[in-house]
Amino acid sequence: MSANPVSPELTPKIYASDQEPRWCPGCGNYSVLTQVKKVLAKLGSKRENTVFVSGIGCSSRFPYYLDTYGFHGIHGRAMNIATGVKLSNPDLSVWVITGDGDALSIGGNHLLHTIRRNVDLTILLFNNRIYGLTKGQYSPTSPFGQRTKSSPAGSVDFPLHPLSVAIGAEATFVARSLDVNVHHLEHVLERAARHKGTSFIEIYQNCSIFNDQAFYFARAKETKDDTTVYLEHDRPLVFAKGRKGIRLHRMDPEIVELGNGVKEDDLLFHNETQKEPSLAYLLSRMRYPEFPEPMGVFRCIERPTYDDLVIGQIEDAQEQGPGHLEDLFREGETWTVE
Amino acid sequence: MVVSMEKNRTQTNPVEVVNREDVVVRMAGDSGDGIQLIGTQMTNTTSVFGNDISTLPDYPAEIRAPAGTLAGVSGFQLHFGSHRLHTPGDRINALVVLNPAALKVNLPDLEPGCLLVVNEDAFTEIGLSKAAYDENPLEDGSLDGYRVFRVPMDVLTAEACKDTGLKARAVSRCKNFFALGLVYWLFDRSPDTTLRWMDKKFRANPAVAAANSASLKAGYNFGETKELINVRFEVAPAKIAPGQYRRVNGNEAAAFGLIAAAQRAGKPLFYGSYPITPASEILQELSKQKRFDVRTFQAEDEIAAITSAIGASFTGVLAATGTSGPGVALKSEGIGLAVITELPLVIINVQRAGPSTGLPTKTEQGDLFQALWGRNSEAPICVLAAATPSDCFKMTLEACRIAMEFMTPVMLLSDSYLSNGVEPWRIPDVESLPRFQIKHPKPGDRFEPYLRDEKLVRPWALPGTKGFQHRIGGLEKRDVTGDVCQEPENHEHMCRTRRRKIDNIAATIPSLEVNGDESGDLLVLGWGSTYGAITAAVDRCRERGLGVSSAHLRYLDPLPSNTGDVLGRFERVLVPEINLGQLTTYIRAKFLVDAVGFNKVQGKPFMVSEIEHEIEEMLDGRTS
Repeated sequence: MSANPVSPELTPKIYASDQEPRWCPGCGNYSVLTQVKKVLAKLGSKRENTVFVSGIGCSSRFPYYLDTYGFHGIHGRAMNIATGVKLSNPDLSVWVITGDGDALSIGGNHLLHTIRRNVDLTILLFNNRIYGLTKGQYSPTSPFGQRTKSSPAGSVDFPLHPLSVAIGAEATFVARSLDVNVHHLEHVLERAARHKGTSFIEIYQNCSIFNDQAFYFARAKETKDDTTVYLEHDRPLVFAKGRKGIRLHRMDPEIVELGNGVKEDDLLFHNETQKEPSLAYLLSRMRYPEFPEPMGVFRCIERPTYDDLVIGQIEDAQEQGPGHLEDLFREGETWTVE
Repeated sequence: MVVSMEKNRTQTNPVEVVNREDVVVRMAGDSGDGIQLIGTQMTNTTSVFGNDISTLPDYPAEIRAPAGTLAGVSGFQLHFGSHRLHTPGDRINALVVLNPAALKVNLPDLEPGCLLVVNEDAFTEIGLSKAAYDENPLEDGSLDGYRVFRVPMDVLTAEACKDTGLKARAVSRCKNFFALGLVYWLFDRSPDTTLRWMDKKFRANPAVAAANSASLKAGYNFGETKELINVRFEVAPAKIAPGQYRRVNGNEAAAFGLIAAAQRAGKPLFYGSYPITPASEILQELSKQKRFDVRTFQAEDEIAAITSAIGASFTGVLAATGTSGPGVALKSEGIGLAVITELPLVIINVQRAGPSTGLPTKTEQGDLFQALWGRNSEAPICVLAAATPSDCFKMTLEACRIAMEFMTPVMLLSDSYLSNGVEPWRIPDVESLPRFQIKHPKPGDRFEPYLRDEKLVRPWALPGTKGFQHRIGGLEKRDVTGDVCQEPENHEHMCRTRRRKIDNIAATIPSLEVNGDESGDLLVLGWGSTYGAITAAVDRCRERGLGVSSAHLRYLDPLPSNTGDVLGRFERVLVPEINLGQLTTYIRAKFLVDAVGFNKVQGKPFMVSEIEHEIEEMLDGRTS
């Protein structure tokens, strides 16, 4: 991602296409769209060098609302279309818009493999824990027991946790944010976009029609301080307005009250650059209501990107000059008939 | 060191020398015996000698079936001759078997009275029982109708290798080369080409190199000096068009076609693929050719393979994917996406026998319907089929041309028979290959994503081009603007437009040619890999005065414009296919002709004689 000085004409507005967004009133997607446009402007992204690729689902309409290049793909396959784009023109900045059904159910395989390859993509997973576009069936992230149109007696599927999956596949950048926390979201998006390699962001996104308030705990003023912990690199995990923290007891996190002999230094310190993904994984297992849920950047490490490696091999091969068909056709045994 | 064996003749006893225009030889053994390797060597040597060749490898789906069993038999058939050959041959003129199972499986294909060379060391009690022989066929008289030569190959190979220091197990792996040496003597071919190859191949392992070359020479010398085998064959070089030649199989030819097309279009090549028999070789070949800016992507599955190629196409490179029928099934939704987004995409389907996993290593033409119609809704694509291994080169170039010229997916049908079959290929002059002039809108041009030209082709505007930012995708789009559009009239217009665009390709393809009389009683119509067998059968029938012609379809959608006209000039149409009648159905539906199918689905290609016989039946002896 270029660190060009922001040019004055690059305002969030210029990234809007002429299409009116058609999401439901109150949908969390609006906020994400706004923050993405802000980040594009802040990064100085050229519209013609930016590609948004999506799969299927409510959030996957996203590319139509941006005046960049865009590809609205088929269900679950956005990451592969994006991989093809990136490998064909690594100069492009490529974003993937996907949802919990798109990325974890039908596209689960592709998510794993895209992440392990570390293709330089920025993946935004809009997690609303429901199938919205098909009008309300449970998704792979719906909580156990959730009653939906296709689980009237309660879902008996145990849910997947997107960040655990991403960390399991050893993603080089993993983060979480929330649709209504606009400043945090903008900050995380910017960091994700600047990261070289696969950046994976889970965005808690409210579906006001089919799963309203699924993230009430993290959104509501009265609860959010106690139910979320915002991660900062090299800082202790403190929440509840500084009253509580997370301490590591053997391999398990525990909630402790600060004071009475418990100091910040006793708490778990976040290290997003740790090579081993174990700490990030542990954080991804902290769930409401047992724990406050971590927000922010879980992991940010450097590893060669797939696209750089692919192009690197081609450049190495071409160091002796480009190939000639005349030679290609004559590889191996030839003979001449007079 | 390379030793020329030709000068070392010491033979004194008379050997019958049989002159032939062509010979079909098959070598067979256990799948662990290295039969495909010696088959390839024999192919190299005969083609370098100047024969026309056609090959048919036949190996089991299992990497190593239980040794010595009928299921584990691997065979390699080579047809070589002094005239143009169209097929690997119907019946075998010489059979070399390394074990009893190979004898049992292959003997039915050997012509009576013909040569049978047997490794007698393998005909032990255990070997016979693994091959389910109650009696030893070498002893019970069941082989009396053949010219049988029993050779103790295991013993002689061990003898030849005794100074190489290799362990017995490693030595026993050299007997394939002993057999090959003997075959070289039988057909009067020098072992030099193979000795040179061994020098290179086993350079890192001198003991193995020494053992293999000793075995090869021992096999050759056995024929030369032992005077046990009293017959040899001579097949003169073929009279073929002057030029430089190489051998090529269908998969190599397809890979070369993709690279050549990308080079002639001035573009990188993107090939997204998931390994599948019998198409993997295309991926492997392309992955070696990075200096041509070939970007291969071994995807996690078939769907990832095609959708990555679609992303690549959107970005402006030449994009292709290759697979076999089961993979095409998985790619179907992706093909539909390329149809509605109107992006160039080449899909190579190396067909195999199905349904489902079917017979993964065997051939079939079962995917014609799948290619033409195997997608949801109205999703027309261009469908081509290669006729011979080397034709895969030409038709891949055509697939790439049409894809880019018409902004459409193109499926090229090859099959297991073409992909494995090897034939000589006259290396084309690169400058004679078509140069593809690809137009992308430039800043300043008027641009709308679905603004069509006179051929109904939309523009290919590339990400990175300022001012042409646009969004495409799987939702129906309004023509011209490309905005998402659900209107009924627009959808019908777009469906009809996509179909008409494919029809427009017909103006750019060659007419259907007739082999033989332009009109008459019977036309044999084929497509794809049956070309060789049909042509050979029709030529033979015509030599005998029968009134029959043939025509071969390489373009299946759209069909050549004169197809209906050609069909109308014949009283009857016979359609041989390695399926249950797919082209027959298509032709009947399209042209209301009473086409008759001749169908076989055994995982094997047609024999020339089968088609010949069918023609005779239909004509009932009528001459032209």
